[in-house]
Amino acid sequence: VIPTSFEYLRATSLRDALRVLALGDGTKVLAGGHSLLPVMKFRLAQPPRLLDVAGLAELRGIEEHRKGARIGATTTYRELLESDLLRERFPIIAECTEHIGDLQVRNRGTIGGSIAHADPASDMPSVMLALDATFNVRSKRGRRAIKAREFFRGPFATDLAEDELLLDVVLPALPRGAGTAYLSQEQAASGYALAGAAAVVARTRKTVSHAVVALTGVGEVARLVASTDQLVGTKAEPEVLARAAAASTDGIEVQGDIHAPADYRRHLAQVIVRRALETALSRAA
Amino acid sequence: MPTLFGSAIKRREDPRLITGAATYVDDVKLPGLAYAAMLRSPYAHAKITRMDVTEARKAPGVVAVFTGADLKDKVAPVPCAWNVPNCDLKVPPHPLLAHDTVRYVGDGVALVVAESRAAARDAIDLIDVDYDALPAGVDPEKMAQPGAPQLHAEVPNNVAFTWVVAGGDAEQAFTDAEVTVKQRIVQQRLLPTAMEPRAAVASYNRGAGQLTLWATSQNPHIHRFLCSVMLQIPEHRIRVIAPEVGGGFGSKIPAYPDEALVCWAAMQLGRPVKWTEDRSENYKTTIHGRDHVEHVELAGTKDGRITGIRTKVYAGLGAYASTAAPGIPTILHGLVYSGPYQIPNILGTIYGVYTSGTPVDAYRGAGRPEAAFLIERLVDIYARKIGMDPVEVRRKNFIAKNQFPYTVATGLVYDSGDYEPALDRALTILDYPAFRRQQAEERKKGRFLGVGVISYIEICGLGPSQVAGAVGFGGGLYDSAVVRVYPTGVVRVYIGASPHGQGEETTFAQIVAEEFGYPIENVEIVHGDTETTPQGWGTYGSRSTAVCGSAVKVAAQRVKEKAKRIASHLLEANEQDIEWRDDAFRVRGSPDQKKTFAEVALMANVAWNMPAGVEPGLEASAFFDPTNFVYPFGSHACTVEVDVETGEVKILRYIAVDDCGPHINPMIVEGQIHGGIIQGLGEGLQEIAIYDDDGQLITGTMMDYAVPRATQMPHLELDHTVTPSPVNPLGVKGCGEAGTIASAACLVNAVCDALAPLGIVHIDKPVTPARVWAAIQAASSPGNGAGHPGIQPGATPDDAAQVPGAVGAGKENPQ
Repeated sequence: VIPTSFEYLRATSLRDALRVLALGDGTKVLAGGHSLLPVMKFRLAQPPRLLDVAGLAELRGIEEHRKGARIGATTTYRELLESDLLRERFPIIAECTEHIGDLQVRNRGTIGGSIAHADPASDMPSVMLALDATFNVRSKRGRRAIKAREFFRGPFATDLAEDELLLDVVLPALPRGAGTAYLSQEQAASGYALAGAAAVVARTRKTVSHAVVALTGVGEVARLVASTDQLVGTKAEPEVLARAAAASTDGIEVQGDIHAPADYRRHLAQVIVRRALETALSRAA
Repeated sequence: MPTLFGSAIKRREDPRLITGAATYVDDVKLPGLAYAAMLRSPYAHAKITRMDVTEARKAPGVVAVFTGADLKDKVAPVPCAWNVPNCDLKVPPHPLLAHDTVRYVGDGVALVVAESRAAARDAIDLIDVDYDALPAGVDPEKMAQPGAPQLHAEVPNNVAFTWVVAGGDAEQAFTDAEVTVKQRIVQQRLLPTAMEPRAAVASYNRGAGQLTLWATSQNPHIHRFLCSVMLQIPEHRIRVIAPEVGGGFGSKIPAYPDEALVCWAAMQLGRPVKWTEDRSENYKTTIHGRDHVEHVELAGTKDGRITGIRTKVYAGLGAYASTAAPGIPTILHGLVYSGPYQIPNILGTIYGVYTSGTPVDAYRGAGRPEAAFLIERLVDIYARKIGMDPVEVRRKNFIAKNQFPYTVATGLVYDSGDYEPALDRALTILDYPAFRRQQAEERKKGRFLGVGVISYIEICGLGPSQVAGAVGFGGGLYDSAVVRVYPTGVVRVYIGASPHGQGEETTFAQIVAEEFGYPIENVEIVHGDTETTPQGWGTYGSRSTAVCGSAVKVAAQRVKEKAKRIASHLLEANEQDIEWRDDAFRVRGSPDQKKTFAEVALMANVAWNMPAGVEPGLEASAFFDPTNFVYPFGSHACTVEVDVETGEVKILRYIAVDDCGPHINPMIVEGQIHGGIIQGLGEGLQEIAIYDDDGQLITGTMMDYAVPRATQMPHLELDHTVTPSPVNPLGVKGCGEAGTIASAACLVNAVCDALAPLGIVHIDKPVTPARVWAAIQAASSPGNGAGHPGIQPGATPDDAAQVPGAVGAGKENPQ
């Protein structure tokens, strides 16, 4: 429960923060601390220095952005839940966030922390994938915009370089009349997803024009499901949904553990994909 | 004044607890305090071939490093204090620090004392130890087989004891039975998870030769004795203080190496030393619960009369025999195989087995939940086999109201009971027939609803002491109280019990305030300090109210008798003419002539005008030793829906009707029942300690060990009946463990009922989604389920049946 000794720096400007990260000596960025501090207390991570960015005003907040939204990286789960803009335009964010941790965790945990940590079973990465988010990152070297689908590389591994800081998340507007759903079965102890699915679907007249599902908790990293392409152009009949759901884990190396052996998890993922699609369709115009 | 006994007043201990004003062990700060950390074995079984502490001794802030070699021959091993007779019990020594062999992950290897907690922790990493790994194993059944890894040279096949309980003629009953059913049941290892982990602060006064230990203890007097044994210093030189204790559930009963080591270090160093577990350490080193592999059978008639129970149980003890461990799967388990039923023939064979896991000891219910679970599962399986409603099977076999006191086949004498009203009440609240109709309707729509109804008894209120002696318990089971009335009339009650969440500062004060006609504010309960409280045996086994509460009542009555004598003297009336009415001693016939208790208290303490031959002062002590255990009982009902696609179990309703005799404080009883039920539902639904094959605890943190959260648990619907016990002056029974004893069985019965149409007979707890799904898969494709742990497929109910007499050593069907 006691970490190894480390240096603690609290960033007072973005410029200073980027300068510290440019040192490239294993400094870890601290936001809400809910993922990083426990692994430090177990001494599984022993960073020489923490850079606390929670106080940087420019990294925080939710605003309208080209009919979509821009969310600062250190915006807390609680702020996500309290945002009328997000509830109106991206209700899936609240649906996912209200099940994350408990009240205390939601008061401190941040969207950027969850994304940058890239836990293979955390909820938020799948929602980012389904919403086709773009992450703006910055270093002393310059700025970059990374699409969510290129960002998550593996368990706890992302495209973020050591000197880069995640600034914000940009969500493009959803297709007109889209319905969304986030569904997960939680591991009873941790609350992380044994399998979780974020679905976004839209119909033009009665034909599916957009169908995206991202899975988390199933493989080594959250990822988009390829098989939902089969839905586009159909009327989403039950057998079509069932087929797409059954194929949703194709190509995923499904992980097994004491809570969910791989055969169970594969099956569970397929059920959750189908149910998330059904719910999203029921909400679509 | 309203009657206090029976009143749901708020808990008096709560304001300080919920405002952070309470003092727990870790809050104790002393001048010169040093901090201890323990190096623990990363191996489940290994030889220590080399240990080098040089670097650690040189590290900044380090005061001392102690190893097993430093302690050898200077301290005694951790004692086992329940020497169950007639079972050839073998207790290999459990050294405070391992000297040459480690036997579980978490076994202590070295102790570092430093100027700060962080420095102690850092120095742990500087100790260099070489281990030669040895074979290990954690499955109690496998570890008892020939060829299993041998853990202690003096314990062949790792079998610590073989204990047999027999009543009637079970072999004959099974030979003659019209129907038998058989089931293999695994009652998984559990982690007690008290909110406060263990902690100890020791301070040694060299001049006085006096050691003071602040410890997370459920029984400071027992810990005083056990520390005296381990440290080899006289008992009267040790003071044990249990300040605020944040839950125990049995895990703070035993003696552990750590507390004694902290004492030893404080004595060596001449300065106080503190040690506080973190949660990972707690999960590795504080005792675990349950861990049974059971082969159980029931014999009965075709029309629902149970004629026999037969069991063979492998009870895992972990690496060493913890303080009370041998008594848990034997005395507290095998003796209660009758449950609430008339079962004439019982045979239980219990093997206590050493394994490479953390020691197993008492965990809420301790042996009795395991018994209730196996009986209640068997009754349901039997009922299904004979095509009878499981509720009717229970009713048919109940011990009847007019049979009490009732002697069961194992020899226990049940004090009192009236089982049918509690069952009826539970069924009425549920509306059982309506649920059965709804269940049938929903099944047509593809939904799987189920109901579990169970009836249980508990054996608690532990004493009497004579029985404790007869069953090898290394202590008494009476309890004690001193009631001391101050000159101003306020009262302090010093008790031998050591409450740590049960609310006895409130309920015991209610007993005394009621007796004296006082506002409760005038009465304070003092506990948890061996220096101020009389010899007592602690708080566990749902015993404190029945035993210590009775001592409080008797001591208060003694005080009142003396007060009455003094009052009669002051009122110049015959004692026979004094009556206690409207909160005062009054002269019969002249009620205006009166003395309140406070008035008498003052006169007794100043002693200006005492009756001839009466000593000054107003206090009394009592040691209460009950004549029998008490046997609370009840019936619970639970309804569930199983999502057969995902295996998820949703609890729809949970109804509990319990009878623990009269309630001193109904709100506190309700709280105890709530906590107990939730703990049992956690056991039924999601809690399991899992080791890998090498003896590493996989569920070593709360990220993997699923303690139930409020949001995961159902609303509880409670009711009760009241059947007083004749064995104590309060008529009370116990309520701390009842919920846990009942609820795991109730839940699993409901789940198995829901899945009965699929041919599923039994699923081992916890009924996690993965296990339920696997059971469904196995049931729908016979032969597939064998590889899944905890799954008992059964294509038809007949698969659960067994040819009579087929079970015996060496020819067991590993169903």
